[in-house]
Amino acid sequence: MDTRTREFLEYVQEGGQVETGDWMPDEYRSKLVKFIEMHGNSELMGVLPERDWILRAPTLQRKLALTAKIQDEVGHAQLIYRVVEDLGKPRSACLDDLVSGKSKFHNVFHYPTKTWGDVGVIAWLVDAAAIVSQKALLKCSYAPYARIMKKICWEESFHILHGRDVILAMVTGTQEQFELVQEALDRWWEPLMQFHGNVIPAEEDPMFVWRIKSQANEDARQQFLDGYVPQIRELGLVIPDPALRKDEETGEWLYTEPDWDKLRAVVTGNGPASAERLAFRRLSRQDVAWVEKVVLAEAA
Amino acid sequence: MIYEVFRQERKGQPFQHAGTVTAPDEAFAEIYAREQYGRRQESVALWLVRRDALTEIDEFPDEFDLKYRRVDGYSIKARLREARERAGTLEMAPGGGDVG
Repeated sequence: MDTRTREFLEYVQEGGQVETGDWMPDEYRSKLVKFIEMHGNSELMGVLPERDWILRAPTLQRKLALTAKIQDEVGHAQLIYRVVEDLGKPRSACLDDLVSGKSKFHNVFHYPTKTWGDVGVIAWLVDAAAIVSQKALLKCSYAPYARIMKKICWEESFHILHGRDVILAMVTGTQEQFELVQEALDRWWEPLMQFHGNVIPAEEDPMFVWRIKSQANEDARQQFLDGYVPQIRELGLVIPDPALRKDEETGEWLYTEPDWDKLRAVVTGNGPASAERLAFRRLSRQDVAWVEKVVLAEAA
Repeated sequence: MIYEVFRQERKGQPFQHAGTVTAPDEAFAEIYAREQYGRRQESVALWLVRRDALTEIDEFPDEFDLKYRRVDGYSIKARLREARERAGTLEMAPGGGDVG
């Protein structure tokens, strides 16, 4: 490592932040692109499972709220790809790599949605897991990314409340509605436990070393469990992991080790809905190509 | 074209950098910025500035260490004490004559 890179590393490790025009080591830039691009991809792919439910939402109010959430998530993708663009990778290249399967998106968006219960679980718990990671990005060493995270976190808090409201309506409804939530939770728990990634010490995680992330994977998961296990259990829902409990001495949550090989397989495009979602994204990209042409022609 | 977006959260507050939008012209930039930074009434005003129209200054050399222009360039403690002693007002001074 040359002197300039070492000084840069020390600077970010002491909490220093970097702007678009500042010098940065190539390795830092490529790590940023990889991380932020995957975040952008996840926002964009994350709307597909929810999009399926716009036409099937049970009431007009739910339909409007779901549509607003979807608009937010696509907006997040736009903001995030803009940050990636400033780091040197154009949005069109990000979309090319997304639809070709070269780049990744979060594991939770590789699964199908089966009932309206899934919509509640996604908006409440998937977004809750995401906000734990995103809040930690408010301290990201790359300042333009940290700045847009403020807006993103602000909007996510509305999504969580919307999701919790959907869940509360169902658990206070008929027995059948309650069971739909329980059944959705049963399916989503494993992906939720995998969401923050495998347990590696922060010092060995390059994203932490460069202070792109400010917390270790396990810290994020513990924070999620601390916040949400009590909220799930107080509704009478059962978390499908008999080993899940809080060690009162250490304050740490203990749980059944998630299947990390399965996580790797899912995020590399082998999840139950990966192929279908990517095919849809490819198709919609072709379908809306004319919009881009019209906009550019209009402005020219 | 890249536009830098600055937003004002409430009247009287400073405009702060919020992010950027890419747009082919000002009309589209306005639509995009409105959607991204104002559609929930989170801003009372936005400034859109083409990135290439911005001039940035980020170096402020102070070779001569011109401390006399800053508050940390002044240490009045000893002199104030001397002045109070001379005037016989040391005991009347707040904090028993201690100068912060």
